[in-house]
This record gives sequence, C-alpha cells and structure tokens, in this order.
Amino acid sequence: MAKKQTVHVKINGQQREAEVEPRLLLVHFIRETLALTGTHVGCDTSNCGACTILLNGKTVKSCTMFAVQADGADLLTVEGLFQDGKLHPLQEGFKQEHGLQCGFCTPGMLMSTYALLQRNAQPTENDIRWGISGNLCRCTGYQNIVKAVQYAAGKMAQGGAR
Amino acid sequence: MITKTSAEIGGMGHSIKRKEDSRFIQGKGNYVDDVHLPAMVYGHMVRSPYAHARLKSINTEKAKQLPGVLAIITGEDLAKANLAWMPTLFFDKQMVLATGKVLFQSQEVAFVVAHDQYTAADAAELVEVEYEELPVLVDPHKATDPSSPILREDREEKSNHIFHWEVGDKAATDKAFQSAAVKASVHAISQRCHPAPLETCGCVADFNRATEKLTVYLTSQAPHAHRTLFSIVGGIPEQNIRVISPDIGGGFGNKVPIYPGYVCAVVASLTLGVPVKWIETRSENLQSTGFARDYHMTAEIAADQNGKVKALRVKTLADHGAFNAAAQPTKFPAGLFSMCTGSYDFGASFCEVDGVYTNKAPGGIAYRCSFRITEAAYLIERVVDVLANQLKIDPAEFRRRNFIQPDQFPYKTPLGWTYDSGNYEGALNKALEMVGYSQLRKEQEEKRKKGELMGIGISSFTEAVGAGPAHTFDIAGIKMFDSAEIRVHPTGKAICRMGTKSQGQGHETTYAQIVAQELGIPASDVVVEEGDTDTAPYGLGTYASRSTPTSGAATAMAARKIRDKAKKIAAHLLECSEDDLEWETGKFFVKGAPSKSKSIQEIAFAAYTNIPAGLEAGLEAVNYYDPPNLTFPFGTYICVVDIDKGTGEVKVRRFVAVDDCGNVINPMIVEGQIHGGLTEGLAIAFMQLIDYDENGNVQGGSFMDYLIPTAVETPHWETGSTCTPSPHHPFGAKGVGESPNVGSPAAFVNAVVDALSHLGVKHIDMPITPWKVWKVLKEKGVN
Repeated sequence: MAKKQTVHVKINGQQREAEVEPRLLLVHFIRETLALTGTHVGCDTSNCGACTILLNGKTVKSCTMFAVQADGADLLTVEGLFQDGKLHPLQEGFKQEHGLQCGFCTPGMLMSTYALLQRNAQPTENDIRWGISGNLCRCTGYQNIVKAVQYAAGKMAQGGAR
Repeated sequence: MITKTSAEIGGMGHSIKRKEDSRFIQGKGNYVDDVHLPAMVYGHMVRSPYAHARLKSINTEKAKQLPGVLAIITGEDLAKANLAWMPTLFFDKQMVLATGKVLFQSQEVAFVVAHDQYTAADAAELVEVEYEELPVLVDPHKATDPSSPILREDREEKSNHIFHWEVGDKAATDKAFQSAAVKASVHAISQRCHPAPLETCGCVADFNRATEKLTVYLTSQAPHAHRTLFSIVGGIPEQNIRVISPDIGGGFGNKVPIYPGYVCAVVASLTLGVPVKWIETRSENLQSTGFARDYHMTAEIAADQNGKVKALRVKTLADHGAFNAAAQPTKFPAGLFSMCTGSYDFGASFCEVDGVYTNKAPGGIAYRCSFRITEAAYLIERVVDVLANQLKIDPAEFRRRNFIQPDQFPYKTPLGWTYDSGNYEGALNKALEMVGYSQLRKEQEEKRKKGELMGIGISSFTEAVGAGPAHTFDIAGIKMFDSAEIRVHPTGKAICRMGTKSQGQGHETTYAQIVAQELGIPASDVVVEEGDTDTAPYGLGTYASRSTPTSGAATAMAARKIRDKAKKIAAHLLECSEDDLEWETGKFFVKGAPSKSKSIQEIAFAAYTNIPAGLEAGLEAVNYYDPPNLTFPFGTYICVVDIDKGTGEVKVRRFVAVDDCGNVINPMIVEGQIHGGLTEGLAIAFMQLIDYDENGNVQGGSFMDYLIPTAVETPHWETGSTCTPSPHHPFGAKGVGESPNVGSPAAFVNAVVDALSHLGVKHIDMPITPWKVWKVLKEKGVN
C-alpha cells in the first residue's frame, strides 16, 4: 500500500482535510471520507454522470479523478446548493416540473445544469439536452428535466440569480 | 365519476408536487450504498472469465495473506451449509457460488470480505482459480441439437430443454389457417436486454449475534417476499429477519430476484458478526443480474380478403441462460405472453413457447412490463402491420376493422384472458388527430417521389397489469394480493404503510392522494411509508404495474373501513342515528341539516378522547386486497421517423402517445411515467442489446457497450389520454407505469419498416442501429 497523503479541499464552502491512499477516487473521498452521500455512483466507466460535481467551477465526473488530484481545489456538491435557507432555483425547478423520479441521477443532473446555467443563462432546449448529455437518467425521459432547467433559468433571470 | 376534492385536500386528479422530492433534490436520499453502519466491512465477488468451464481448483491462500482481508467464501464452503445452490423464482435452482463448473461468463465463484472495498477488490484479484474450458452453447436454436453440450449436469433430465408451454386450440387454429384466404407471418426477435436502473443492486447484511436478528438493507422491489425466501432458504426464523428497502434508484424488474451477492453478504455477516456491504458494479449488474426478453418469436395471422383477422398462431423459443431465473407467476412459464392476441378480435388462436438453457447469464425478468407482455404486444403489433401492408390497407384502418369493440367488454380472448374494459378506437382516433395522420401520409407520398425516407408507425396495444387475482397469480407460492394499513392520529393526520415499494414511481404522493380522496384528510397530512418489513403489512411488492391496482385499491378499502367507524363516532358526537348521516369529503353531516357536521379531524380526536360505549378506541384499518381481475390499460402510439439514406440513421421526428389508464390519481406523475417508459422503449428499439460472441463472451457488459439514450437521442414526447375506468377497481384506476414500454417498441419499428416498405422491407430486428439500416439500404440499392 502506497503511503497515505493529506488532501485539503474546500467543499461547499467548508475546509476539510483527510489522510487518504493515493488511489482513492474522488467520489469515494466525498462519499466515504467526507460522508457526503448525495453524490452517487451509477457506473464504472464514467458514462452515467451520477457522480458529477463542480471542481473549481467546472463539472467533473468525480469517479474519474483521484482525491489527491483535487488537493487544494474548491468543490461544490449537491449538498452545497441549498444556501441562505433557500433551495437553488434548479432544485425548485426539478420539483415543480417533475424532473426526477427515483432521484438517483438527480444530484449529477443538478450539478451539470448548474454549470450549464453559469455559462449560458438562457439555454435553448437543444442547449439543455446537450448540456446534460453526459448524465444518464433511466426514469424521466429527460423532457421534464429540460423543463426544470427552463424554470430555473426563468427564475434566475427574474433576479433570483446565484 | 370521481368527485374532485379541493386543491387543499389534494385528492385524485390533482397534479400535486411529489413529497419525496425534497430529500432527493438536496442529496439527502438514503439509498442502500448510503447506509453506513459501525464496524461495517465490504464484500467483493470473484467471477468467471469463461462461459463454460470445469472448476479445477480455487486457491485462496495468497488472498488471505493480504492485510485487511477477513474472509473468503467459496462454493465448497457454502455447500457445507447446503447453500451452494438457491431456488430461483421459477422451479429451478441457481448456483450461489460455483461448484463443479461455471455456466456463464461473470458467474459468481468466490466472495471476498475485507475491511474496505479497495482491499476486497485487491484480494479478489489474488484468488487463483484454475478452469478447464468446455464447449460453449450460445445459440438457443442449437440447444437441443445432439451435438450441443448438456449444460446442467445437476438436473435429472439430461437436456437443455426447460419447458414446453402451450395455450389455445391448436386443431381449430390449424383448421382456420388451412381455409384462410390470406396469411401473413413475421419472425421477430425481442432481443436480450437489461433494465439497467441507474442504481445497481446491492445490500448491507447486518446480523446481530446478541439479538440473533438479521437486518438486510436491500435493493428490493419485493421486500416482504424476500424476507420469506431468506427465511425458508436460509433457515432463519422469519421474525428474526428484517428487510429494509430504503430509497431505490430505479428497478424496472431488475430488483425482483434474489442474487448470489445478497446471499453471500448474509452468510458473511452471519459468519463474522459484523455488517457486510456488497454493492455490485455496473458491469457486474449488466453481466450477471436479471436480463430480460431473449424471445425468438414467429407469428402467423390468418385473415379474409377484407383484412378481417381470423386466427393467430405463435411459436416462440425462450433463451433463459444458465438457470431459469424468470420472475413469473408460477402458473405461467412464459408469463403473460399469451396476451399476444392484443387489441384484436381473433377467432381460434394458439400459442406455444419452449424454454432452453444456454451459457449466458440467468433470467429473464419482466423488464418494465407485466411478465412478458412486452414481447407479446411487440409481436402482435408487428405482424398486424405486416398483414396490413401485404393487403395494401392503411395500418390505422386495418386496426380499426379488427379492434375488439366497446360493447364486447368484458371480452374473453381465445387464449383465456378476460379484458375488463376498453375503447380502442377512441384512443386510436385521438392519436391520429393529434399527430395529423392524413397530412403526414400525404407528406410521405411527396417525399417518396423525391426519394426521401419517412415512415409512420402505429401501435395500438393492450396491457394487462395489477396481478393478482390470487387464484391465478402467485410468486413462489405466495399469492399476489397486496396491502395497506392506515392509522389516523388524534390530531387528524395519518400514516399509511403498504406492501408495495416505490422505486421512483412517487408512491409517497399518490397513496396519500388516495387517502385524501377517501377520507378528506389533506394529502399533505398523510405520511406514506414502505419497504420496512418490521412495520409494513405483508405484500408482494412493486412490479408489473401492480401498485395502484392492488395496494392502491387496498388503501381505498382500508380508508372506507375507517370511514365506517368514523360514522359511528360521528353519530355519537352528533347524537343521531348513523342512518341520519351523509358523507361529504372530509365530514359527516346530518341529512337536511348540513350545519350539523363533524369533520374527520374532529372524529379522529374523539376516537382517542371521547369513544362511544362499546366501540374500540383508535382509528385505523388494514386491508389485504385481492383484485377480482387484472386491469387492462391500453393506448395508441404513433411514431414519425426520417431516415438518412447516407448513414442509415433514424431520426424520431415526432411521437404521439395516447394512453388510457382509467381514472388518474396524479396526472403529472402519470405523464412522467409515460415519458420514462417511452424512453426505455426507444432504447430497446434502437440501442439496448446484451449480445454474446461464439465463446460466450458478453458484449454489452458495461455502459461503454450497452447503449442507453441520453437527452440528445431522446425525442420530445407528445402525450394525450382517454379515460375508460376499470369496472372492478375501487376507484376505477388501472396500472400505467409499464404501458409506454410495452406499447412503444412496435411503434418505433413499424415506423422504420413503414419508411422502407416500398422497397420490399417487411421486418428489421431490434435494436435498429444505423448499421443495420445502412445494410438494408445497401441491399436495396438505395445508397
């Protein structure tokens, strides 16, 4: 076993550090070491996107990185979307537009669409479909996820922006 | 008619937002892999690289030396406890861990337990297994060839043939064919695929040595049935087993069977006295757990010159893989496949199915369908199109001519089913209107002149969902009723527990709406809890679209029992006779004096504080509902495709889905179910395939190779509805979750074939990949 290394991250605004094996995947670091189980594992080939998080503002599939590679990074997971006592407009949108069923893909979907709205505040349906094309959902058929993102974009344009 | 309650009460017909969503959108769901118990350790499976091989030896010494490894269990170890094999859900048995030989690639060979999952995986690599390869049987059509190896040495019958099943009148059917003016046939494969819910299967088994109680957190669609099976097979007293299905990340039939990994985790926990977690990887999920379909089907129709159908003859070969692990009611080796006469008024019909073993993963389960009805609906809707095309009759008109008519219900099919209700032409007409059918046909004609390929596919399916009735349906002997228990608290709020288990269907919301409808307690005041066998009443679980037809019905019946008792209490409070009282949503009032009333909340309080003499305290009821029949939802789906002649790519331009599931509890949730099922239908028609090469190596064993549609491939769905209530269900509802998956594959395939029919194309097997279409176009000299 390789020597353990210390990883420091800022996650959802909090500084955390832990000693980990160099081979520990970032998703396991988040789920097991930091006990933030909102980020899910749905495959072993980086296809499904259930483990999507934001790393320094950009989406990554956290199963494709080692925790040690995230040393010093600023991470955002689904648990960090609820701020100042309020749901993020995307969270609201997913509920209002029935954008989820079993909920397993939802955290990854939320993080991908969060990043999408950061770079494109008024996405078209096509933009949204491509924006979530790295995230698989087996329940919804995606249509209501598209509507959920449109709901959030509308809400954020009205000044609910974050 | 269902009286619509106010929005505040939120009874049936209100699209109220889902109660379960709040935790899921905040990352606070509790799935099996989120369960973390003190001192928990991890299991990892060693699997066979070969499809068929003699197991010469297993050497676990090196693996055991690895620091952190706690135990390694082999088939020989399990054999000592008589657990090397376990029964399947269909009169067969399956190896938990291999002894003697392996029968499919990725079969379970040994189970490694270690302090953490990385060490467990390392140790699995160090387990040395010596195999001697044996000849492999992949093609089900060769299963009974004398030259093929006999796979199952454990069986008395030295044959790869599992069962022959037939239903209908063979002689009358053959006779009808002899005298028929017109005949048409199709050979169609409903290909092997996998439900692949986004959460894989897994468990945490926690045996407490002090209390002798085993708690199993399980990805289970049927927690009660699983508890009973754990008890019977494992010899653990049933009161000492508690199965908890927490949040489930999709099931679609994949989470109905019991898998070897569950058994190994339980054995490991019993052995070590600590909680053992086992979560399969996606590749393990696709390669070893319940596959679906793999039906190789031939259908023939006899008809007259006007296209009026007379008889149907169906012959099918079912590939079950290494063990018959079908999840079917025990009287039905091919499930509800004999629903293959579909929406049409056939005379004599005959259906036969033969099941065989091959060196493939065991199954097959009902993938988002009522026990093999997807195969049946696909076949009939395909062959009907073939016949219509042969007779040059428009496929919509052809269906219209042959539908079972509304006045024929209840309708007994020649293969033994009694449909409760239907209005097939109503759904067809609505779908034709929504899609603008005649305009599309004109457009198609124009396009053909220009050499462009456009197709319109229709599917007018009938589903049969909601098993029981108990006299006909059981799983492993346990009758297929289902249950609900409602407890109304003193302050008028309530908790309900059911024998079913949501995997995303929204039960926490819809069952609460049924209570709201029946008792007038606002849905927001009703908590629904499922999945804990220590607290919920017994039930058979959620699959085959049975939750609303069974537990939904039980909820209404339990609520009505509560209302009966509430009436007695109201009479006491209002100092009148029960006969003088009338019910209006949420209250009893004195006939002719509506101001003299008691609300359900006041009555609930009295049930604990001011009980009439002679009446038991409290306000609760339980109901075990045995439906008198299945419910028969139906619909018409119409798909419009454009095909790229250069690449063979099929683009779904439009898809109209008109569903009739009777009275609707929550329209938003029903529409969501339709969207999801259509997307899985799309996936089956165009993408999903678990294939095997000649050596039995699984192709499609990971998400790199097993294609799942993303948002980009998925079209925009257009939905509509008609309403034909079930005459026997307490509130006229029918199941719906699976209709779109059952009805849609034929619509997609019919559309593609329709686009190519003028070239002489009669059928293309699923999944219809661009490569397949491109090859057809090349053969026909189009590109």
